[in-house]
Amino acid sequence: MAMAVALIVLAVGSVLFFLFSPWHLTPLASNWEAIDRTISISFWVTGLVFLAVTLFMALALVRFGYQKQRRSRYEPENKPLEAWLTGLTTLGIAALLAPGLFVWGSFVSVPEDAHEVEVVAQQWHWGFRFPGEDGTLGAARSSLIDAGNPFGIDPDDPHGQDDVLVENPRLLLPVDRPVKLILRSKDVIHNFKVAPFRAKMDVVPGQTSYFWLTPTQTGEFEAVCAELCGIAHFAMRAKVAVVEQPSFDAWLAEQPTYAELESLEPADPDAGAERFSACVACHGPQGEGQQAINAPRLAGLDRDYFTRQLHLFQSGARGTHEADRFGQQMRPFATSLSDQAIRDIAAYVETLPVTPTRDTIIGDAERGARLYRTCASCHGAQGAGMAAFKAPRLAGMNDWYLVRQLRHFRDGIRGRHPQDGYGNQMVDMAQILIDDRALADVTAYIGTLAQQTAASNVDATRTEE
Amino acid sequence: MAEREYDASSHAPPAEVGEMELVHPRTFIGKYIWSQDAKVIAIQYGLTATAIGLVALVLSILIRLQLGFPNSVSLIDPASYLQHVTMHGMIMVVYLLTAILLGGFGNYLIPLMCGARDMAFPYLNMLSFWTYLLSVLILVAGFFVPGGSSGAGWTLYPPQSISPGTPGVDGGIVLMLVSLAVFIIGFTMGGLNYVVTVLQARTRGMTLMRLPLTVWGIFMATVMALLAFPALLVAALMLLMDLLLGTSFFMPEMLAMGEITEREGGSPLLFQHLFWFFGHPEVYIVALPAFGIVSDLLAVHARKNIFGYRMMVWALIIIGVLSFVVWAHHMFVSGMNPYFGFLFATTTLIIAVPTAIKVYNWVLTLWRGNIRFTVPMLFAIGFLFTFVNGGLSGLFLGNVTADVPLSDTYFVVGHFHMVMAVAPIMVIFGAIYHWYPKMTGRMLNDTLGKIHFWVTFLGTYLIYYPMHFIGLEGVPRRYYAYGETTFISDSVQTLNAGITIAAIIVAATQLLFLFNLAWSYFRGRESGPNPWQATTLEWQTPHTPPRHGNFGDALPVVYRWPYDYGVPGAKDDFIPQNVPPEAVEYLDGAHATGKGAT
Repeated sequence: MAMAVALIVLAVGSVLFFLFSPWHLTPLASNWEAIDRTISISFWVTGLVFLAVTLFMALALVRFGYQKQRRSRYEPENKPLEAWLTGLTTLGIAALLAPGLFVWGSFVSVPEDAHEVEVVAQQWHWGFRFPGEDGTLGAARSSLIDAGNPFGIDPDDPHGQDDVLVENPRLLLPVDRPVKLILRSKDVIHNFKVAPFRAKMDVVPGQTSYFWLTPTQTGEFEAVCAELCGIAHFAMRAKVAVVEQPSFDAWLAEQPTYAELESLEPADPDAGAERFSACVACHGPQGEGQQAINAPRLAGLDRDYFTRQLHLFQSGARGTHEADRFGQQMRPFATSLSDQAIRDIAAYVETLPVTPTRDTIIGDAERGARLYRTCASCHGAQGAGMAAFKAPRLAGMNDWYLVRQLRHFRDGIRGRHPQDGYGNQMVDMAQILIDDRALADVTAYIGTLAQQTAASNVDATRTEE
Repeated sequence: MAEREYDASSHAPPAEVGEMELVHPRTFIGKYIWSQDAKVIAIQYGLTATAIGLVALVLSILIRLQLGFPNSVSLIDPASYLQHVTMHGMIMVVYLLTAILLGGFGNYLIPLMCGARDMAFPYLNMLSFWTYLLSVLILVAGFFVPGGSSGAGWTLYPPQSISPGTPGVDGGIVLMLVSLAVFIIGFTMGGLNYVVTVLQARTRGMTLMRLPLTVWGIFMATVMALLAFPALLVAALMLLMDLLLGTSFFMPEMLAMGEITEREGGSPLLFQHLFWFFGHPEVYIVALPAFGIVSDLLAVHARKNIFGYRMMVWALIIIGVLSFVVWAHHMFVSGMNPYFGFLFATTTLIIAVPTAIKVYNWVLTLWRGNIRFTVPMLFAIGFLFTFVNGGLSGLFLGNVTADVPLSDTYFVVGHFHMVMAVAPIMVIFGAIYHWYPKMTGRMLNDTLGKIHFWVTFLGTYLIYYPMHFIGLEGVPRRYYAYGETTFISDSVQTLNAGITIAAIIVAATQLLFLFNLAWSYFRGRESGPNPWQATTLEWQTPHTPPRHGNFGDALPVVYRWPYDYGVPGAKDDFIPQNVPPEAVEYLDGAHATGKGAT
């Protein structure tokens, strides 16, 4: 009896949960209402079967509980009943399958007027490429990828010259225009998923895959990775903004083409050295930093990171949070610099020597080593930073600065701005630093890396001589 | 059933069943360690699988702690989270479920239920267990090597699983792949044995269509496993070569840690095809023994013949065959040619028909039965409910269109735990409560059993049912933390905390079960030879627990199918398979001829 009651409660409870649970499909933002319809047909059909079978079972339990006098009915088979049940089930299954296959038919047929966007995935961020004026994406290969050609575009393919490259993980799409997303991975398998679009697909290295959709709602959506791709899988995000056509066109025109990036004046470290004089008052003549005025060390930061941060300061994506007092101080200096100036300074800063820093934070480096395991995935085992992961150097940075920035990331004071894609990622990663002790420990460990780095730098200098 | 007449000669063909020569060891070590007795080997399998399963259970609690209370346990960082997820999945699917159902129940029940003295090849059988144990030890070693076990997810998809930066790539993944290869070797020895025993060592009168469904389920699953595991073996070996020898079977031109690699020309999708060519049948390798066992539990405890026996056998066979042509439904969004979707969605939904038939027949077995609510019966009903639920959510995922938004979300996690974890585990528990008296001569404690059932049944439903709905919202699986994801509502975190608490309670209750197993072994009520009044041969042995050789001096002769419960006119409500027609007592005192035939 208890079992029968349990079954009835569970069956009815499950249906009520379905009806009243706070979790539903996200509001649809694409043309794929047919997918939602398939899901809801499935819910109704399976829900009915579930109720019918469970309640029938409960009824059987109530009616046919054990009685010593009674015998069960001896009925090895009942061919007509079995045939009926088989027939009805087959019909029910066909009714579920047919609409599903019909929708799949349109899923695999990309409309001819769809425009193309290439989504390029790598551990653990997204980039995007548009075909440019000729409407054709240039050939690209992973083996052609380097710092100057992050998309691996074939320089000999004329179609590639006008390809528009978006390295920032923020994609704009025009509303109400079908788009074919062509998916390419540089390293492992990823999956480009925007929940309100419904459609998604794995991004597989060595081949391209695709899917299409028509965004129907303007607004900003979050893209996530939906195929396990390593330890920062959960932090591999991008923003997809769906906008009116004119805003899209304007945005696209602002993005550089491959040819433009190739023809850029090379950065000039000597010019950078001159311009750097404006920075020395706070950051020191060798960019070594001054704790007294909260100016961090710059020496040794890679130019990619340095440039990106100054642009973030310029646009207000960094240094605008009310709790980031020192960031606010940095903003006016950054806004006074031209793009070329920033590139030159970045090239100069990269050449400045990394010297040992003074320890100002006391932490348990051994515990920190374990925490650093996560950091090492992007910043490198030696903390030297990895440009491919957009991860700056940590070893040799001032420990008081690292602690403050890690705390800011963890508490969302830095890195929350929608334009700061890699900062967003760092906010997620910094959550593993659950208390101030963890902050101190990991920083202490990074301090030990700095000493090793400094030692090896000295060696390197000697060898060069 | 019209041909069923009570004529002993037609029911027990006079074919001679050759006697087996058994090695009867005298020492403790010979009897219980290097044992060739299938029953001892079964218990060895069962204990090993339970031990490694407990490790996986602890891992699942660590996973749940991170999900329910993010970053509150400083021991769990993103790398170890993924390592726990990987090991939990692999252990549960292969080293617990496959091993306990085939190695455990297969070994114990096949010879007894077929009326054989032992497995056809006892020595090979022993070797099978020790190879399995070796594979478990190799797997466990992965926890202790530098860098720890693999964190690539139990599916081990390359390039990630063997690329630098993935946890365990320094050694854990090697040990896992080697362990899998060893496991498959061990299983093949056991599996060949099960198949040959069922086909060749049945006793006189035990026709294929008189086999209990338990044996049919395990038999079909074994045949499937023998065909499916080689695909995994090949995939594992090729992956090992890619890792250790630098081949590129699965590795395309690609970057690793931002650096260009030497790889060229391999296909990551090839691995997925091989993996799921094994992986999908694997679902049924676990499910079919459970299907078979639960059929017997229902019949015995509902005191009623299984409804539609022949249909049940054919459904097992059809499911077994079809399960080899549905594998790519795990890959609808894998980037394979999307046109595959039409074919694999169709085959997948076709397989729902024989599966549904099985469910109907189980439920119709209850109908007009005489149901005893014993602990094994509770678990059997728990299985039915869970399996119906999990099976139906499979219709969403198999239907290619609905799968697109739901794949790689918690809908999938909810679905496969319901159908692949809870459902078979329900049957395994039910089966242990059912056959423990035969294995030990004592009953398991009923009160503890009922507590164990209710907490496990209700608890697991509370854990997995709501997961489907956060999956509907799009919550991705295999995420260490969810941060500020815009499309995920805040209430998901509350639910995750609740699920974690439920999981801890359910896990703790399993200790109660282990206590029951140990306590009842010494203090349990004596069961006698046939406490459930069952018809199948294992309950008719001269000794309980059965001795080496199972049936004493003479092998039993089988005269009827295994489901003679409630035969009209018969004095008892069950007639064991080895009772000759002339020995059946009828209420009106009449005798066999023609009576009771249907």
